[in-house]
Amino acid sequence: MSEQKNNTKLLEVKDLRVSFFTPAGEVKAVGGISYDLNYGEVMGVVGESGSGKSQEAYSIMGLLQSPGKVIGGSITFEGEDVLAFSPNEMTAFRGSKVSMIFQNPMTCLNPVYTIGNQLVEALRAHDKKISKADAEKRAMEMMEMVGINNVEKRMKQYPHEFSGGMRQRVMIAMGLICHPKLLIADEPTTALDVTIQAQILDLMKDLQKKTGMGIIFITHNLGVVADICDKVSVMYAGKIVEQGPVDDIFYKPTHPYTKGLLRSMPRVDAQSYERLIPIEGTPVDMLNPPEGCPFAPRCESCMKICLKKMPPYVEVGENHRSACWLCVQDQIKGEEK
Amino acid sequence: MGKYFLKRLGMALLTILLVACVTFLLMNAVPGSPWLSEKTPSETTLAALNAKYGLDQPVPVQLMKYLQNLLHGDFGVSLKMQKNRAVSSIIIEMFPISAKVGALALLWAVLVGVPLGCLAAFKRGKLTDSILRVVCTVGISMPSFVVASALLVVFAGGMATFKFFPTIFDASLGWRSYVLPCFSLGFYPMCYTARQTRSAMLDSLNQEYIKTARAKGLKNKKIIFKHALRNALIPVITYLGPQVAFTLCGGFVVESVFSIPGLGRYMVQSIQNRDYPVIMGTTIFIASFIILMNLVVDILYKVADPRISLTKGGE
Repeated sequence: MSEQKNNTKLLEVKDLRVSFFTPAGEVKAVGGISYDLNYGEVMGVVGESGSGKSQEAYSIMGLLQSPGKVIGGSITFEGEDVLAFSPNEMTAFRGSKVSMIFQNPMTCLNPVYTIGNQLVEALRAHDKKISKADAEKRAMEMMEMVGINNVEKRMKQYPHEFSGGMRQRVMIAMGLICHPKLLIADEPTTALDVTIQAQILDLMKDLQKKTGMGIIFITHNLGVVADICDKVSVMYAGKIVEQGPVDDIFYKPTHPYTKGLLRSMPRVDAQSYERLIPIEGTPVDMLNPPEGCPFAPRCESCMKICLKKMPPYVEVGENHRSACWLCVQDQIKGEEK
Repeated sequence: MGKYFLKRLGMALLTILLVACVTFLLMNAVPGSPWLSEKTPSETTLAALNAKYGLDQPVPVQLMKYLQNLLHGDFGVSLKMQKNRAVSSIIIEMFPISAKVGALALLWAVLVGVPLGCLAAFKRGKLTDSILRVVCTVGISMPSFVVASALLVVFAGGMATFKFFPTIFDASLGWRSYVLPCFSLGFYPMCYTARQTRSAMLDSLNQEYIKTARAKGLKNKKIIFKHALRNALIPVITYLGPQVAFTLCGGFVVESVFSIPGLGRYMVQSIQNRDYPVIMGTTIFIASFIILMNLVVDILYKVADPRISLTKGGE
């Protein structure tokens, strides 16, 4: 049983902690998060700006910028300890086994090199033996795969000759050119028009099915999550507050923050008189995080204990856990009955 | 494209005309005349000389006459320094000497300055960066006659053990003559280039495409020299363009210290001597050269950055 489990596990993150050492003090951007990702699974990471969702992803790629540092926990990718990689191993790891695509395709491609050059380079960085002609052929195949027409001409063009959606397609092609097992998408649709967003999402879903890669999809858009993800981690102030299968998160949310997020999201089936309910208050000051649950000051069902102690994770369903004292309370009540 | 160059040419001619007029007027506004020396000539001689070279006429008339001759490619003749020799032939003789020293100076300035700038940017905040910053600040703030004199004292005079190079420039001695002048002439541009490269590199290393390049798994060397440097080159090219013109036309100070018979030194001497046609000739020559270098810079922009379109006025 356990062996089988090991075989399906692509990525295992345990108690990962990332801190930024700024002149004003230590900012615990990621405060001990854990999750597993199986082969071919799509996980959404949802949270507001500054909740640490991007930093967590950067630490998997070894792309944390100074003064950010991983200060604890472990990242295991296919049984290998990613945090123990030497700089050279890390360079070989990036782009070949894990790829990343970013939020703003307008600035993520180097403006002074052709698209072809940048695609070929991504491939040849990891496949030293491939000839230039073969690499170009492969780059063109990738471009066709992500839905770019007229590839031969497009290869010779510069990024400024592409639209935003097309550039994101290029970024995806570039990310997938080495057949990575995991793709980290850091808000890949945020900077795009809604119609283009839908196209890019469809493309990613399609490619995921074709290649069977795992995806970590970072976003603050719950609609996107419902569309593409198998499971969801909701992050708040550097911690995962709720984690579970996508249906559970949407239909049986337990954490007040998740509920708040869902209430603040426009729905197609809503009645015209229904109002969107925002989450009151402001995000946590990460330099001086509160002692107890970070969401407590904004939480409508805040209790005394919430302000003093961080709640433990409680299993509220199959593979569904939540860090909230309310759930602890429910569990105790359930046991009493 | 042809239209673009035509436009640039028109603007260049206009600029040269403006430079010529302003220089001519300023030059005539300065008291003194080419004929003043220890032994002042008699009134009649002065009048005869002025009449011969047209200096007795009102300044606007002189200017018109000069411009007319200029249109025919005639720069006039030297009044004093090399009496009656054509200014154009003086420039043709002096410029190659200045240009050779200047080109070598700039060559080492760029070849050393750009990599040092990259190094400093990559090692930002580390010891290497601090050392380079001190060296470059010293280089930028130290006048070139100090650098040149210090080099002379150490390597060409005072200390016998280090006396590798001649004190006075002599082309027949070969490369030995060039080392010190080129070093001192290139030191300032080298430091400046390094500083410019450093700040441009820091700027470009912070761009998102660098993050993409890292995420692709490229090696540091490739990230720095392929992705960051090409984008960082534009400010460096901007600085180097006019600097090429200045340096190639001769650093006056360095040419004086090493007694190099170059254009820069000659130009300053001509001003001291009020040798009007030589002043005009050298000024117009240097101005044209700077204009030409600016055009070259604009074309190089296009080469370095495909987004820049020459014809659409900087869009």
